[in-house]
Amino acid sequence: MSVAENQAAAGRGSARAVAIVSSLGRFLVVAVTTYLGLLAVTFFIGRVIPIDPVLAVLGDRAPTAVVERTRREMGLDLPWIEQFYLYVKAALRGDFGTSVLTTNPVMSDIRRVFPATIELATLGTFIGAVIGVPLGVLAAVKRGSLIDQVARIVGLIGYSVPIFWLGLLGLVLFYAKLQWIAFPARLDVVYEYTFTPITGFYLLDAAIQGQWDVFYDAWRHIVLPAALLGYLSLAYISRMTRSFMLNELAQEYIVAARAKGLSERRIIWGHALRNAAVPMVTVIALSYANLLEGSVLTETVFSWPGIGLYITNSLQNADMNAVLGGTIAIGSVFIAINLFSDLLYRLLDPRTKTG
Amino acid sequence: MSDTLLEVDDLRVTFPTRTGLVQAVRGVSFSLGRERLGIVGESGSGKSQTGRAIMGVTPPQAEVSAKKLAFDGMDLLSMSPRERRALRGSRIAMILQDPKYSLDPVMTIGRQIVETLRTHEKVSKAEARERALAMLQAVQIRDPARVFDLYPHEVSGGMGQRAMIAMMLVTGPELMIADEPTSALDVTVQLDVLKILDKLVAERGMGLIFISHDLRLVSSFCDRVVVMYAGKIVEQIKASELRDAQHPYTRGLLNCMPRIGFERHPLPVLDRKPEWAA
Amino acid sequence: MTASVVLSRREWLLSDRPASRLQARLGRAYVAWRRFSANRLALIGMLIIIALLVVAAFADVLTPYSPTVGDLKNARLLPPGAAHWFGTDDLGRDIYSRVVYGARWTLYVVILVAIIAAPIGLLVGTIAGYAGGWTDTILMRITDIFLAFPKLVLALAFVAALGPGIENAVLAIAITSWPPYARIARAETLTVRNSDYIKAVQLMGASPFRIVLRHIMPLCISSLIIRVTLDMAGIILTAAGLGFLGLGAQPPLPEWGAMIASGRRFILDQWWVAAAPGAAILIVSLGFNLLGDGLRDALDPRSGDQ
Repeated sequence: MSVAENQAAAGRGSARAVAIVSSLGRFLVVAVTTYLGLLAVTFFIGRVIPIDPVLAVLGDRAPTAVVERTRREMGLDLPWIEQFYLYVKAALRGDFGTSVLTTNPVMSDIRRVFPATIELATLGTFIGAVIGVPLGVLAAVKRGSLIDQVARIVGLIGYSVPIFWLGLLGLVLFYAKLQWIAFPARLDVVYEYTFTPITGFYLLDAAIQGQWDVFYDAWRHIVLPAALLGYLSLAYISRMTRSFMLNELAQEYIVAARAKGLSERRIIWGHALRNAAVPMVTVIALSYANLLEGSVLTETVFSWPGIGLYITNSLQNADMNAVLGGTIAIGSVFIAINLFSDLLYRLLDPRTKTG
Repeated sequence: MSDTLLEVDDLRVTFPTRTGLVQAVRGVSFSLGRERLGIVGESGSGKSQTGRAIMGVTPPQAEVSAKKLAFDGMDLLSMSPRERRALRGSRIAMILQDPKYSLDPVMTIGRQIVETLRTHEKVSKAEARERALAMLQAVQIRDPARVFDLYPHEVSGGMGQRAMIAMMLVTGPELMIADEPTSALDVTVQLDVLKILDKLVAERGMGLIFISHDLRLVSSFCDRVVVMYAGKIVEQIKASELRDAQHPYTRGLLNCMPRIGFERHPLPVLDRKPEWAA
Repeated sequence: MTASVVLSRREWLLSDRPASRLQARLGRAYVAWRRFSANRLALIGMLIIIALLVVAAFADVLTPYSPTVGDLKNARLLPPGAAHWFGTDDLGRDIYSRVVYGARWTLYVVILVAIIAAPIGLLVGTIAGYAGGWTDTILMRITDIFLAFPKLVLALAFVAALGPGIENAVLAIAITSWPPYARIARAETLTVRNSDYIKAVQLMGASPFRIVLRHIMPLCISSLIIRVTLDMAGIILTAAGLGFLGLGAQPPLPEWGAMIASGRRFILDQWWVAAAPGAAILIVSLGFNLLGDGLRDALDPRSGDQ
């Protein structure tokens, strides 16, 4: 390498460093403002909309002394902006108040129930991606064929079906009639007391401890709700995969790959899908975030003790701290996944590395 | 091996569209030995589709037919797709217009060259790498080992097109179809790339079909020129005799070329008569 | 004779040199319609939505029973049969009649949400796009923040604070569904903002308000309509979800989501109580999705494959 070339390379290196720092900076700004926005909205919901926020938090049966103390604790006599500052500070510490229903701090409740939701959503996304990606690829390659039509109908129904209803019908068929799966819960009652979770993901915990009877039981409980969430995610993933693949298959490098004499299989899976994979990662991440949210309805139907069921139970008991804490928890993870997928996109696409 | 590498007789390429069938190539015939043939025409004249039909990479909805389409005495149209594929990239190769789009953006240049090689020859990874590096050297890339690991977007257009040539020539094909190989490049590197292509074609004794809209380039670079208009050949002529071209369309194209020292007012306008297309 | 008249009318519509603005518009509409009607699934979607409108309009004529008052003594939880096509629920009400009346509430929700959310998005998007600079940055940052929220959970929290009810559900859904419209309106605005005809209007001294209102907003409408149609299914599903959780329509309103919730208690023995309203939601959402896809393919050929 000549001196000039070396200098040019060094210049490129520092330009690259600047680009990385500035994109990291933008990333941070976006993350912070989005999170503050989320807190502002929950603050608005919890403090501004209700005529008496204390009543909203404690319910109307709380004794007067408690009401007064809570009023002071929440800082309701302070100006709005100061209240919001305190609210954000508390939220950053993970302090979302106490749940009226469980009498625990909301944060510790959330920690307890969140793994169940993650386990469900992860399995659902896994099912959706494993089936949805190949289905989308086939639909794009054999465009207009029977499989394309089937994929389209399957996807459209996935977009249109109320998942809680499908869950109920699934219970009728697979639990009541066929008895293939277990009743709505996370484990049979027998195991609830004998099984000690480690990570909170029961399938994993059971496997680690070699308790295969527990594993099988956990599987029988999770399989239907996970399959339902998987279906939602499949509908989205297959549709997006098809559209990305159609886009890639129309590119010139596909013609070049044909001219090289590559097999269709190699062209589709080795070149087109590799290129489509970059935006696909974003889609799969978004679908995962959507499943976290979709778990609210699914968990209610299947009595799955995750964050969704926690929120709906709290709703029914007007436990506003728990509802908003749960909202912030789901919202935070949702935002994090959104931002993370954006970052991942940059990492995966070689074109953005030197930009 | 016979003298004629490629025989094309009455080649037709038809596309179905919403409004009916459209013939992009309408009865093209020519033959090619180990020589350099230029195909010239405006955009939409069917020159690219002719090249792609010979290559067998027309879009699936297109219909290709011909009285004869033979490479080295083998009938291309009656071959199985597998046999056809085995020819592509090993004995017939193709260079596309813009390396920015015709190289896979998420695969390193080296892997793309190795891929061509290992598709057609049983060679070890190490040997494939060696030959790819040698090929990069042959297209006059100074630092082959570095370029080997670069992604297409990390190199300039001229370098990308050299990589493309390397990728297509690494198997030592006998016929090369170059579809506007320099049109997307800067003027300054066009000549470099052309020289490299010229040298390799001459050294290896390959047949070349050079598709371009640039009559002057084609006439200086090729032995023979085919002029296409609206899917048909209007004139076949030796490059050296181009000045004596008979057909009014060829004459029109020639007239449009700017010449130093000549007054060009008013600018000549290309005449297009429907009867030429009939 | 008739054939030639039809042909000439078609030629008139498809003419590439329209003589009047009306002819050009009709011609474009005709081309879009031809593309739309060539899509069988889109036509099915349109039929479903027309059926929904008809059923909602003539609910009283189409139903043999009251949707809210049942026959508690003789008709509790009857399976589907000749007298009650979809069976009866735990209060002895005819499920068929309730599903038919439910069409009205579904329409009520989607129309209200569209009326509230689309104009908000249109306003935010066009102002951001036309004004540019800081206004644009701030408005779009707010939009992006809302886009990054989980919609259903946020709607849930809103309704929890506002109190359950179908109006509050509508409000909550509208609050969470305007951002994509703002995005679309901004993108459309940016494409025309620097065009010559906007410059011409500016030179004639039109106020920014007038330019946005009269010259930019109308151009955003068609892509907005496509997006709203595509979102209708999501709105219906969210509303039904809120109803299912007891936060949307309150009893005895015959809202489909709430009907599924009430059928949940009997799901293992009297599955039909929940089956019919759920099927209704599925069919109507499917209709909107098919219609939206068809509209997009017909009006925006660029994204025909997406």
